[in-house]
Parts: sequence; C-alpha cells; structure tokens
Amino acid sequence: MAEFEPKIVAFVCNWCTYAGADLTGTSRIKYASNVRIIRFPCTGRIDYMLLIKAFDEGADGIIVSGCHPNDCHYTSGNFHARRRWIMFRDLCNLMGIDMQRIKFSWVSAAEGAKWAEVVNSTVTDIRALGPYEEYRRILNHHSKEVTNG
Amino acid sequence: MDELKNKVRELLGSGTVKVFIGYTTGTAGTKRALFAEKPEDAEGLVFDSSCIQNLAVYVTKQEVKEKGMMGISATLPVMRSLVQLARENQVSDSGIKVIGITPESRLIDFGNLSEVEKYIHQFQLEIDQKNRDMLEKLDKMTVSERWQFWLKELEPCFKCYACRAACPMCYCHRCTVEYNQPQWIPVPSHASGNLQWHIMRAVHLVGRCIDCDACANACPLAIPFNLLNKRMIEDARKHFGGYQPVLSGDHLMSTFKPDDKENFIR
Repeated sequence: MAEFEPKIVAFVCNWCTYAGADLTGTSRIKYASNVRIIRFPCTGRIDYMLLIKAFDEGADGIIVSGCHPNDCHYTSGNFHARRRWIMFRDLCNLMGIDMQRIKFSWVSAAEGAKWAEVVNSTVTDIRALGPYEEYRRILNHHSKEVTNG
Repeated sequence: MDELKNKVRELLGSGTVKVFIGYTTGTAGTKRALFAEKPEDAEGLVFDSSCIQNLAVYVTKQEVKEKGMMGISATLPVMRSLVQLARENQVSDSGIKVIGITPESRLIDFGNLSEVEKYIHQFQLEIDQKNRDMLEKLDKMTVSERWQFWLKELEPCFKCYACRAACPMCYCHRCTVEYNQPQWIPVPSHASGNLQWHIMRAVHLVGRCIDCDACANACPLAIPFNLLNKRMIEDARKHFGGYQPVLSGDHLMSTFKPDDKENFIR
C-alpha cells in the first residue's frame, strides 16, 4: 500500500500568509504538495465552522495562518481571530477533536521560508498521526465519498 | 406570593405595564410562563423552587413586545439574562419593568436595569460542584475517550432545537441551522450534524451564556451539552479575566487585547 498522504486544508489571509506562500513559490522553495490553500480576506473572516467543514469534507489536518499581531491589513482582524481561536480550541479539546490536527501560525508576506517549514512540519506531524479516522467514521452518509489524495 | 400578586395587580391596574411575565401551574404540576394582561390574571401567578424556566426568553419575542411595556418576575439567572440582553440592545428601560425575586424569595422592585446590574454583581457566577466534577472527569480522559463520550451523549440528539428555543440568548430571527444554501448544519439526526450543531451553539454563546441551564432543562433527552457552555465560562474567565453580564463596556468576543495570551500559534 502506498504511503498515507495527508489532506491538509490551509485557511490563510490574503495579505500576509497568502503573499508569503507566493514568495515561497517565487523563491523556488520546494514544500509538500499536500496542502490546499484557501484564501480569505483576513484571519478575522475565518469562521470556526469552516474548520469543522474541512474535517467534514475529509481533511486530515488544518493550517490556519495570517498576519503577525500588529501587522493586520485591517488593523485588528487577527487580534479578534486570536481571541476566537483561544476559545474555539478549548471547546474542540473538550469535545475530543484532536487539536494536534489544527495548526495555527503567523506567516508574514516576507516569510516564504517559514511557510514552507509550517507546511512541511504539519505534513510530517499529520502523517505520523495517520488519517483522521475518528472523524471520517461519523461522516454523514449523505456527504460525498471521502477519498485519499 | 401574595406580595407578588398584589404588585402585579397594581402594575397592570395602573397601566405601568401592559403585560406581566411570570410563572403559573401548567399541566401535570409543571410550571409554565404566564402572560398576565389584566389585573385579575395575576391570580394565576405562582412561584416556588420548581420555577426554573428562564423567562427572559420571551422578552425578545415580537408578539410579546407588541403588547407594550413588559413586566417580568426575574430570578437571579433571569436578571443576568436581562442585563446581557440589554447589553446587546435587545431590551431597554423603556420596554421592561423588572420585579426581582431574590434567592430568599424576597421581592425587589427595580427602578431600572442599572439597579438590576448592580444587584447581580453581588453574586459571582459559579459553576456548581456536580458539573465541575464532571468537567474534571472529562479533563482526565484522553482526547479519544472524550470523543467517544460525546459521540455517545450526542447520539440520541435529533436536533429538536428545544435547547435553542429555551435560551434567552438565541434570539436570532434566522438561525444558522435554517440556512441551507449552503447547508451549514447537516439536518439528519446523525453524529456529524449533531456534533456541528452543539459546537456551533456553544461558540455562539461564548461570553454570553450566564449558566442558567434552561437549555439542559429543556432537552427531552437530558443530554449534558451545557457542560460545553460551562467550560466556556470557566475558560473565558481564565483567559480574559472577569465574567459577569454588564450593561455597557466590552463584549468578551467582540473585543480583544493586543496582549491576549496563547501558546499554540507559531
């Protein structure tokens, strides 16, 4: 059997991490191709339900990333997001959702190398954890067939 | 009891309030809400320790608001809810008259909501021992054990939304669960939709829940989902300091501090 390839969904903000990921590419830095990047206007726009939806669609891991504190394009979106994540993580932890599968980071537009490192280390961690079987087992019969890769 | 009846008769008689929300005896000895509109309706009022429904749930209802000035008999959790609702601009002094009932069943005739706020701030919002023990038990489990615990507990849930209907803070005219383009919460009574519904409910109540347990009391299947809300109260206090409904000032989740502490962001 082929090695397990984790499906990672990355929720990133337009102004920092998305630009950072762009820099990773233009700098010709190679990084794992397991990540599907979804661009948001701001980390403040990343609804916690979307993270759950990612698992619902068969993701094995999630990256949430945006501008460093004080760098937000909209001044305070990332501060609001941070407060929300603090509470959301606690809730998920209580509900038994594996918090090792959701990684949070600040990656600026100048940190192309950091983005590669964030993705690579996430892929390594999730590969070690294996597919998110626990969540897949509860997926609704009505939702799409979940496949690897 | 007679004191409350007399007070309500007086309020309705003088026209100070147009409708008074209190408790009355329902079927099979249960207690339900009474909406007294005439002085003689006050005769039906009752109050005892079994009156646990949070009456504040009615003050945001259009059909009640339409009647004009409201009066309400408010126990401590109801008073807390009212202050939180006032903070969210759902009630104001021009729309409600609060008759407080203290834990010792003493009546307090509040002049305005500021007085209610002052009164509730004498009491710290505390999670009771039984639930604290339960949360501690959950903390000692592994992540997988907790996952199994909730799958089992949420398994019978068929999303009747009695928890939502009983909650004074769930006053949105259109709730996320009613949106189907896209379908945010899967409709079938199934683990995935149930999980998502309870996560959503808990998150929407962060910083707003005042731990009245109306949701859990309304649940026909006695699912202990209020543990989630209780944990959110404890954690909000741990991370961001005090936790008390206030009439003005910052809302826990719509504000931030530049130095909010976390240890999980790289």
